[in-house]
Amino acid sequence: MANKHVNAVVVGAGAGGGVAAKVLAEAGLSVVVLERGRWQTWADHDDDELISQRTTVLGNAFGPDDARHRRVIEHADGSTRIVLPSEGGYGNNAACVGSGTLSYGAMGWRFMEQDFRMRSLYGCPEGSTLDDWPITYGELEHCYERAEWEIGVAGDDAQNPFAPPRKKPQPMPPFPYNKEARILEKAARRLGWHPFPIPMLRNSVPYGGRPKCIHMRSCCGFACPINAKCGTQNTVIPAALATGLCELRTDAVAAEVMVDERGRAKGVVYFDAADRRQAQTADLVVVAASATETARLLLNSKSKLFPNGAGNNNDWVGRNIQGHAYTGACGLMAEEIYEEAGPGACIAFCDFNHGMPGLCGGAMLANEFIPLPYLSTRIRPPGAARWGLAHKEFQRSSYKRLIRVQGPVQEIPVFDSRVRVDPEVKDHWGIPVVRLSGRRHPHDVEIAKFVSGKAAELLREAGASDIWTNVPGLGGPSGGQHQAGTCRMGSDPKTSVTNRYGQVHEIDNLFIADGSLNVTNGGFNPALTIMALGYWVGEYIAKEWQGGARFKG
Amino acid sequence: MAKSEGCGASRRACLKFMAAAAGGAAAGAGGAALVGRLGPAPRGPFGVLTPEEARLVEAVAEQIIPSDKDPGAREAGCVTFIDRQLGGPYAKFAEKYRRGLACLQKTSEAMFGKAFEALAWPDQTRVLEAMDSGKVPKEIWTDPGAREFFNLLRDHTMQGFYGSPRHGGNRGYASYKMMGLEYPRVIGQNRYPETAG
Repeated sequence: MANKHVNAVVVGAGAGGGVAAKVLAEAGLSVVVLERGRWQTWADHDDDELISQRTTVLGNAFGPDDARHRRVIEHADGSTRIVLPSEGGYGNNAACVGSGTLSYGAMGWRFMEQDFRMRSLYGCPEGSTLDDWPITYGELEHCYERAEWEIGVAGDDAQNPFAPPRKKPQPMPPFPYNKEARILEKAARRLGWHPFPIPMLRNSVPYGGRPKCIHMRSCCGFACPINAKCGTQNTVIPAALATGLCELRTDAVAAEVMVDERGRAKGVVYFDAADRRQAQTADLVVVAASATETARLLLNSKSKLFPNGAGNNNDWVGRNIQGHAYTGACGLMAEEIYEEAGPGACIAFCDFNHGMPGLCGGAMLANEFIPLPYLSTRIRPPGAARWGLAHKEFQRSSYKRLIRVQGPVQEIPVFDSRVRVDPEVKDHWGIPVVRLSGRRHPHDVEIAKFVSGKAAELLREAGASDIWTNVPGLGGPSGGQHQAGTCRMGSDPKTSVTNRYGQVHEIDNLFIADGSLNVTNGGFNPALTIMALGYWVGEYIAKEWQGGARFKG
Repeated sequence: MAKSEGCGASRRACLKFMAAAAGGAAAGAGGAALVGRLGPAPRGPFGVLTPEEARLVEAVAEQIIPSDKDPGAREAGCVTFIDRQLGGPYAKFAEKYRRGLACLQKTSEAMFGKAFEALAWPDQTRVLEAMDSGKVPKEIWTDPGAREFFNLLRDHTMQGFYGSPRHGGNRGYASYKMMGLEYPRVIGQNRYPETAG
């Protein structure tokens, strides 16, 4: 039986898609959300470290599964290999209702004003496609505010002198510092830095009908057992469903956006839970499947006017994939500083996001999430024993003395770091899979060297010994949970995929509403920005909807 | 422990095994007894590993995380963890284990003229150090590579020791206890500071 035609079909129930679905349904549009995963909870994997979204050695807790999904990695020499979702290099993002927002560490950052004007501030380094966003921070500000209040953020930007301007404070008070953060705060002030509490999409007080945080150490990488973490699955998606206008279809794997002979989106072809091929027609389509899968879906949507994929006549779909080059320093304190209070990360510093001579941007620094026991076996100074009694002794005597400060370096986009579809390899449903290729820009490593040096300086001031730094290499293509940039928004169709509202150039009823739009990815965890973009795109569609006249074929 | 189980293959192998078991206290760092603080280590049956392979894996794992004042890999059941995963998510590594364990045994024979389990503790360490540094007879280690296989055994042993007991290792939360981490955490009963995190 044919599916009933709706006003909008949204692909992906994550940070961007969940928000967009709510905005559209509240504006009176009938909406179908297609989500490849399903509803999941803490009970599905409990606090099992080996099947979490942070340590995936025995599988991804919240998908995608290794049995039905795969990708191809293309190395610099042109050779390829197949990678499974739980393996390194796949660049996994959770496949479930809420996507990464179910199990994330839940930092709720606004990007800074400068992050939207990178090219104007720094020029364009050779070998890069660095550019300004077509929108300013000021234009997006009210969307950040909606995300903070409708989803829930605990924080106090008044303590951060580098914070961008805001009209309303964050809705919940910030979390207090743990012992590690109290030590770091004093040291940072002695150095003239500006410490402040990390804004968190997590309840510091009861909010949104959900209780306050109980501080699990198994927080980052896990679902919350009491729903104190604020994701789209426990906020905007239930709100969308409550309108009565939105239907969420889980286990629905999108294969193709249907584009007709006149170049208009007609709906989405997908496979349902029983692997049956289905078509959902709609007046407009919103793709929010994460930077890698959104690009794949567009590239797999070939039509007469778009033989290389929807919106891809200028070969920009899938280009410029970014994540974050994580960098920082670790050290050991003389005394135990461990506190049984998860998730651990609670203090941050924005002193090194911008304005360092010779560097394009930088990174926020913060103390780290508690490393669980297996993950911690890899946290060692260079040259330390990798096994045997000495390794065990380190684990026993040093785990609770670890002090760590890390941050996400804003990556400089590279045109050839990209998502394509593989000409041969297909997934369980016969859909061509992603082929990833390229590597980071060398400047990312320069920034990381500087920022990790600052982290080491802080640890030294805090009294740590045995300090060592982590500086990432060029790696393969970046991405992972912070993946972004593959369907860049811009004002010139020749050098971008969508306009400033996420509307695909030349297909005016096809929208993107996820991190794919990010021209640059900030020196911050991008979840709140992706949520803000969900509001931004959703509000534009709602405004232009005009009872449907605007998008009728 | 089930003496009969491992003794089917050959009398020689069996005698070697018995000798290794008897010498365990003398050879192991800190004298890893087969019956430890956690009670007897599980003895199979194993789903993927042969009894001989299981004993070898167990001996290697014990070198990677030796028993001392706290339990080591043997007591924590790391071999059970590994065997169970080889029949599940690590089925993709099963062939590599089969070939790698045979290469490891050949290396032991080449270096010291004995099976790995029969070696004195310091000689076992030397075999693994040779693998870890890649300084092994090249003709033995064509596939998998010595370092590659050692890293696999190392990672899997660490996972068995430090991961959740539901997968067969970390018996009695041995590693959590060693690290001073409370477990199980019962919501409302553990000491969660109201003021931090």
